[in-house]
Amino acid sequence: MNRKEILIELKKVLAPYTESKAMLDGINEQTDLIKDLNINSANLVDIIIDAEAQYNIEIDFDAAEKMYNVGNCIDVISEKINKPA
Amino acid sequence: MNNRVVITGLGVVAPNGLTIPDFLHAIQNGISGIRFVPEYADLKFNCQVSGIPEFEWEQLHNYITETSLYGLKGKGIAYGIKAALDAWTDAGNEIVSEETLWETGCVFGSSVADTDVIKIAITRVDAKESKKLGSRVVEQIMNSGITAYISGRLGLGNKIINNSAACATGTQSILMGYEYIKYGMAKRMVVGSSEYVDRYVFGGFDSMRVLSRKFNDEPEKASRPMSLSAGGFVPGSGAGALVLEDLDFALARGAKIYGEILGGSTNSGGQRNGGSMTAPGPEGVIRCIREAMADSTVTAADIDLISGHLTATIADKLEIENWSRALNRTGGDFPFVNSLKSMIGHSLSAAGSIETVAAVLQLKYNFVHPNLNLEDPIPEILDIIGANNLPTAKVDKVINTVAKANFGFGDVNSCLIISKYKNN
Repeated sequence: MNRKEILIELKKVLAPYTESKAMLDGINEQTDLIKDLNINSANLVDIIIDAEAQYNIEIDFDAAEKMYNVGNCIDVISEKINKPA
Repeated sequence: MNNRVVITGLGVVAPNGLTIPDFLHAIQNGISGIRFVPEYADLKFNCQVSGIPEFEWEQLHNYITETSLYGLKGKGIAYGIKAALDAWTDAGNEIVSEETLWETGCVFGSSVADTDVIKIAITRVDAKESKKLGSRVVEQIMNSGITAYISGRLGLGNKIINNSAACATGTQSILMGYEYIKYGMAKRMVVGSSEYVDRYVFGGFDSMRVLSRKFNDEPEKASRPMSLSAGGFVPGSGAGALVLEDLDFALARGAKIYGEILGGSTNSGGQRNGGSMTAPGPEGVIRCIREAMADSTVTAADIDLISGHLTATIADKLEIENWSRALNRTGGDFPFVNSLKSMIGHSLSAAGSIETVAAVLQLKYNFVHPNLNLEDPIPEILDIIGANNLPTAKVDKVINTVAKANFGFGDVNSCLIISKYKNN
């Protein structure tokens, strides 16, 4: 799965947690989850739980801390997919 | 400081109506919301009927944000949000305020935090999967979840309190809101209570042998307050909510006024002299009713209607005796008495707020709603108050003043005196 494919999948994971649907449609690797998508910081754990289920991976605490914008999310997910736990 | 407190908004989630117009129609026409619950038969409950609102999750779409609705599993919270926001808009307010409303608070009661959500947590944690619980469990299993959702949505900045006093919860929450406005601590309060009776709470009452069990085949006959053939109460779910306002605050914004809370009281019999964990002591009940009248400066003769607690257990007879002693009225001189539980069952902590909404509607629209299933009143009740005060069909009559009381486990009592608003 390449970065573009991961981004398309990631949109679906993020969708339930943002009211900014128009912003979500146009996300790119620089989009910040909290500042741009107005996602409640408490919901970042829900996004991680959903991403784990979506990609069948495990995201540990250290990796999770990096997931604050779309680019970092894709970094973490693509790394985990390529090296399954 | 003794500010007058008026009622400017109503909301309800009841087994026989999810909107105020539907609920008004139901209570005027004696429409029952009691249904057979197949799950309760599977669970081998003695009582297999319940009052369950016809609530669907999509009904909340216009109430809270989609992100907030996603992951909301607690039905007690859901009922409370719907009732409270309906009351808020009924009072002529917008749902979303940009600024915090410092003059407005919320007292919303509940008896049990949502056990469906607790069950999800128990199942996950016991399966060693606590990391999959996510962020939405704690906010829904805390008792104050209901007030957190309501106050957050409306931006309320005054006192935000979750109260709990078993079956006296709903009347108590209204009383607390009334007191904050009366004594100048708030200008406006969103008050009420909600209850979602799930299988575990239901099972606890079923095991106490206090629930109706002889009418599982005829659900609408199962809740029979004051009836000789009553054999226990029917648990129900729902929520009721009111917007209370300082009179001047309401007048200044041109709000419509349903009625006025004249006064009230909440106390306990101390579980002494006939009072116990499960039974209300007569002395506490009588004091509570008399204190409510003293607080409101009405006399017993002013009361046109008693909206009783009257659950359909052996306590009904004693309750009527207590009312009669508290008011010092008997026979044909006694006020009308009705029990909404004959239509919707006993929704525990929500009972007081739903019944208060019904009481306010009877005041506003000048009627006394019927008591269902009262073809055979308990003879000792008739000895005290006669039959004419126990309507089995709607009575059209000017109602100026209603006494509304509820009595809960722990020997706690709450009584409100509500009247028409008179500009004097």
